[in-house]
Amino acid sequence: MKVGLFIPCYVDAFYPEVGVATLELLERLGVEVRYPPDQTCCGQPMANSGCHEDAAPAERLFVKNFEHFDYVVSPSGSCTHHVREKAKLHPNAFELTEFLHDVLKVRDFPWAEFPHKVGLHVSCAGLRGLGLASTSEIAGPAFSKPLALLSKVKGVQIVQPTRPDECCGFGGTFSVTEEPVSARMGYDKVNDHHAAGAEYIVTPDPSCMMHQHGCAQRLGLDLKFIHLAQVLNGARA
Amino acid sequence: MKRVDHAEASSHFIKSKAHVEFHDKRLWDLRGKRDREAEAIPEWEELRALASAIKEHTLSHLGDYLEQFDRNATANGMQVHWARDAAEHNQIVHDVLGSFGARVLVKSKSMLTDECEMRPFLENRGIEVIETDLGERIQQLDDEPPSHIVVPAVHKLRGDVAEVFSRTIGTDPKKSDVPYLAESQRRHTRPYYLKAGAGMTGANFAVAETGSFVVCTNEGNADLSANLPRLHIASIGIEKLIPRLEDLGVFVRMLSRSALGSPITQITSHFRAPRPGSELHVVLVDNGRSERLGMEGFWPSLKCIRCGACMNTCPVYRRSGGLSYGATYSGPIGVIIDPTFNLRKYSALPFASTLNGSCTSVCPVKIDIHEQIYRWRKVIAERNQLPMVKKEAMRIAGRVLSSPRLYRLAVKAAQAGLDYLPRSMIYNPLNAWGKQRELPKAPKGSFRDWYLKNR
Repeated sequence: MKVGLFIPCYVDAFYPEVGVATLELLERLGVEVRYPPDQTCCGQPMANSGCHEDAAPAERLFVKNFEHFDYVVSPSGSCTHHVREKAKLHPNAFELTEFLHDVLKVRDFPWAEFPHKVGLHVSCAGLRGLGLASTSEIAGPAFSKPLALLSKVKGVQIVQPTRPDECCGFGGTFSVTEEPVSARMGYDKVNDHHAAGAEYIVTPDPSCMMHQHGCAQRLGLDLKFIHLAQVLNGARA
Repeated sequence: MKRVDHAEASSHFIKSKAHVEFHDKRLWDLRGKRDREAEAIPEWEELRALASAIKEHTLSHLGDYLEQFDRNATANGMQVHWARDAAEHNQIVHDVLGSFGARVLVKSKSMLTDECEMRPFLENRGIEVIETDLGERIQQLDDEPPSHIVVPAVHKLRGDVAEVFSRTIGTDPKKSDVPYLAESQRRHTRPYYLKAGAGMTGANFAVAETGSFVVCTNEGNADLSANLPRLHIASIGIEKLIPRLEDLGVFVRMLSRSALGSPITQITSHFRAPRPGSELHVVLVDNGRSERLGMEGFWPSLKCIRCGACMNTCPVYRRSGGLSYGATYSGPIGVIIDPTFNLRKYSALPFASTLNGSCTSVCPVKIDIHEQIYRWRKVIAERNQLPMVKKEAMRIAGRVLSSPRLYRLAVKAAQAGLDYLPRSMIYNPLNAWGKQRELPKAPKGSFRDWYLKNR
């Protein structure tokens, strides 16, 4: 199984530690994983803005970088959603937690321990686009792949906000073109987690994390942020 | 035609903490009640699929069902009119009122008449039009359009209503308790039912098989409007058709559960024929619907039963208020319908969304709302209706992100900027991100740098 590691542009630039944790975790699980060094962006920001022509060259570059891999794995729900469901650039592109849960079927992370009160945030593209978890709108049995993995980590105490699956307001370019609503949604989200008693917000989605972290910092909330890949890879704080 | 600026309008709504908090909480509460009602019906998801299939079937045979409705309604004694557009609708209504010599019209809530801008049309011709739905009446007295298709004044606090009523119907401005306000409005409106020469309703469903139509309400005002005057006019959008009476059960089970989280509306009235000695006129209105029916990827929006569930669940709508959309229809359903009326004017609306998809999940007739929002963005870009700044930004982003070399330069520049620039230069008015949020700290290098060094 040849796995190509897709590290979205803003993760590459601002959260290299998320990329490192993803890579190390996959290696630890015995996966043959390689990072094509000429990758840039999957084209999502342009496509979501309606500019499919502007997205096309980046999408072609993505295909060139990843077409020879059996699987593409990425620590981002929304980028994976674009790559697999919208632009259909690779049929076997997986968001990290669904790859761990559905393909590798990992159920134990004996090396991991995270003795903190934790709120889990899964992006809307992950939830309603990729189906990583059940949502409150659709009646039926509850499930959550990210939660199933996170709850296997020693010492984790999950706390539940009042609106666990409401959008946090990042939304890509929405975060700047609709700044007033975006920030308000972000404030509501981090306040909800804070009121639930979370010390950390753990998420498989670094774009929501970037937005929420920025909101929490500006509000002066005592709330820390970490990517699920880091927690599963054994980060203690 | 000026483009509606949703972001700008929403910033004004958000400024009032009390308003945005109440609005968000009130509508989220409706969403929660809807969830509980849906969960209590084991076959809820089957009902959604069935409702969607009935609507799709009807829309794909719409001409036949409309003619069947016309035949049966006429045989029942109704007078059926066909209106190609808003202007024809308003003219027909005016003519019918004229033939009766009606100078006062009491009406129940109808988004269609708002869409047709019927009220100013009739008022300019000397006809007094009284909205009798409480929320709609508040909005009429305040000279504002409804902000929500089911709860038209949900953006107002009771203090706002007290202010409007004291200014318009003479209530005590210091009294804002709800029973007092509701009773005052009731006493003010009631005499109009007796004075009115005509009453008007919309319709939630029109049944082709029986030539009858159905109005679902909670306040009783529609029935007074329809039954007290000797003339009843019903304005019905052509997408409201359903084939058979037995199909109605599917929709009635879902409508109020989706809208308000209540099992059924207080009143579900079937209108089949005029009362003895009175007339019943139906106006079937197209106003762009046939054209929408021909639009690949967008026609399923015609399945809408106007429950407002998508608005209640929409995190953007809840925090920006319906009036910020500057259109008859707001929220998720609005942003996919409005551009069919005027693409340029409403070209910013499909961007007032995070594409989170919650609207699609609650829609009782399974309209792929967030997918249509995504498609509208493409249409708007292709028809050259994006703001110049966004268009240029995307062109440049597309170039940079398709070149590994330019991309790496951009990453370095961004990191250096965050690292070296003074705070006052990063957090300036041009940086929308930084107005209310911090930027991430610049790491020492990119992931790529680390990978090439360590693997």
